[in-house]
Amino acid sequence: MELDRISVDVSNVAKTYRDGTRGLQPTDLHVEPGEVLALLGPSGCGKTTLLRLIAGLETLDSGGRICFGDHDVTNTPVERRGVGMMFQSYALFPQLSVAANIGYGLRVQGVSASDERRTVGELVELTHLGGLEHKRPAELSGGQRQRVALARAVAVRPRVLLLDEPLAALDAKLKESLRDELASLLRRLNITAIHVTHDQQEAMAIADRLAVMRAGRIVQIGRGEDLYRSPSHPFVAEFLGRVNRLERSTQAISLGTIGFGGTSIACPAIWASHPTLFLRPEDLEIGTIGQTGWGLARVEQRTFLGDRVRLHLSSEDQATLLADAARDTPFKVGDAIGIRIQPDRLMTSHEEINT
Amino acid sequence: MIAPMVLSVTAGLVNNYSVGLKSGLTTRWFSQVWEVYGGTVGWSLALAFACVACTILIGVPCAYALARSHSRTARLFEELLTLPIAVPGLATALALILAYGQIAAFRQSYAFILVGHIVFTLPFMVRTVTSAFQRNELIALEEASRTLGANFRQRFLGVLVPAVLPAIVAGSLMVFTLSVGEFNLTWMLHTPLTRTLPVGLADSYASMRLEVGSAYTLVFFIVILPVLWGLQSIAQLMQKRYGT
Repeated sequence: MELDRISVDVSNVAKTYRDGTRGLQPTDLHVEPGEVLALLGPSGCGKTTLLRLIAGLETLDSGGRICFGDHDVTNTPVERRGVGMMFQSYALFPQLSVAANIGYGLRVQGVSASDERRTVGELVELTHLGGLEHKRPAELSGGQRQRVALARAVAVRPRVLLLDEPLAALDAKLKESLRDELASLLRRLNITAIHVTHDQQEAMAIADRLAVMRAGRIVQIGRGEDLYRSPSHPFVAEFLGRVNRLERSTQAISLGTIGFGGTSIACPAIWASHPTLFLRPEDLEIGTIGQTGWGLARVEQRTFLGDRVRLHLSSEDQATLLADAARDTPFKVGDAIGIRIQPDRLMTSHEEINT
Repeated sequence: MIAPMVLSVTAGLVNNYSVGLKSGLTTRWFSQVWEVYGGTVGWSLALAFACVACTILIGVPCAYALARSHSRTARLFEELLTLPIAVPGLATALALILAYGQIAAFRQSYAFILVGHIVFTLPFMVRTVTSAFQRNELIALEEASRTLGANFRQRFLGVLVPAVLPAIVAGSLMVFTLSVGEFNLTWMLHTPLTRTLPVGLADSYASMRLEVGSAYTLVFFIVILPVLWGLQSIAQLMQKRYGT
């Protein structure tokens, strides 16, 4: 089914709750037509509040503006805002069948029964729910419920699709397969979507761009790969995956170097004065000892993670460093090991002004 | 509990209670009760059903309002609503008579007793349904239907009421049972022409042979138990069909 593609513009939108707590600091956000944007952050960071403000389920503080395409919807009630929303609990109507759930929005909006049947049939096919039309939600599996919730939300041809933790109710194994399924469904629907999650892998798998939030603010927005590789803020670096903190002594700062394992490399000029830098565990190279330019470390702990091995390394100049090695790595606890750092893999640990 | 029940029922079926079973079994008392008080059976059941209908009509919207309001007035109102359970029925009845006793047509009709029963049973319906409306799933269901464009009437009747139906059925069952057995209030509110089963029972115990009173208990059982069982199985059926 073909859906409209519009942009979403949020400007100066803030939320103060009745008890005076600020759920969301004044926020600006632009979502491109047809883009899937993830609001990512720990619980209490304001991501759900922002989603509910866009949906119209919460009222924003005065001074803010929300536009869907050219329409200012700031004062449009949720019933007429034209959003499709998928709830964390799915909120399927328990007394209605799958088909009646999907068609509910069309029915209350007075769409004819034949049009409703046609749209429902189309969506049942799209979401692979064939044969389940007459079942009740209680008789479905978690994954099936999720697809009914998505089908119900898009049946009314919403201008914007909002997803509130759509995978949180599923167990870990199911989550991964349904995550990819949801991602491909959203691409096929080709609709502007905003997706709230606290799971960085889910966000990176589903969304085109991520907005990482903390304490009621958006810290950084960008493509998942860019945020992962070059975060502009230490919070983003640490939230998107494990990082090593590389400490620099005053001597190293004055020399413009970073010391590790008895050797040193030149520090990138833009971060010359930073006392700490970040490095991802997979970017710490390991190898045999004695190669020129390599530092020396000792394996303290070896954790087998299935697809790879995580080594905890002790070395001169640095606290414990983490290194991700291939799963057949020969290094064991107690082994001496060579380590190397490519300067272009280093990340800043300082908040940059332009975020 | 079983022994007094059995004793009471047999007392209603023997010729002479002081002699015991040796005096022989009879349905004489039973027929006598039916003749004198048979009308109260129909009225009691009608009152109970009317009471259920009224508490649903008043109680369900009231429960929704209470569940969604965070104001102090709402909490105060909730307390006020529960008061008739704590206050002796006699006092409630007296208050009703003082307030509306002058309106003769109302005072002399079953509607007067009905109002008393509603005042007494309403909190049971409201409390049960309010807690159902307060569940997080219900709040999510309401928000879901709002995002799909449903107006208040469509949300309330199409989504919320069906979702709390098991609670409404449970409340109705409670209201029905309470109304059928209510004596305190009813005794004060009744007139010789408006009597219910329990009031008739008290009357027969007070003014006739013990055997007649006991036979009356039997009538009570015969009438009430099947109705209660019927309602209970309907409630279970609903629970199975609509329970989440």
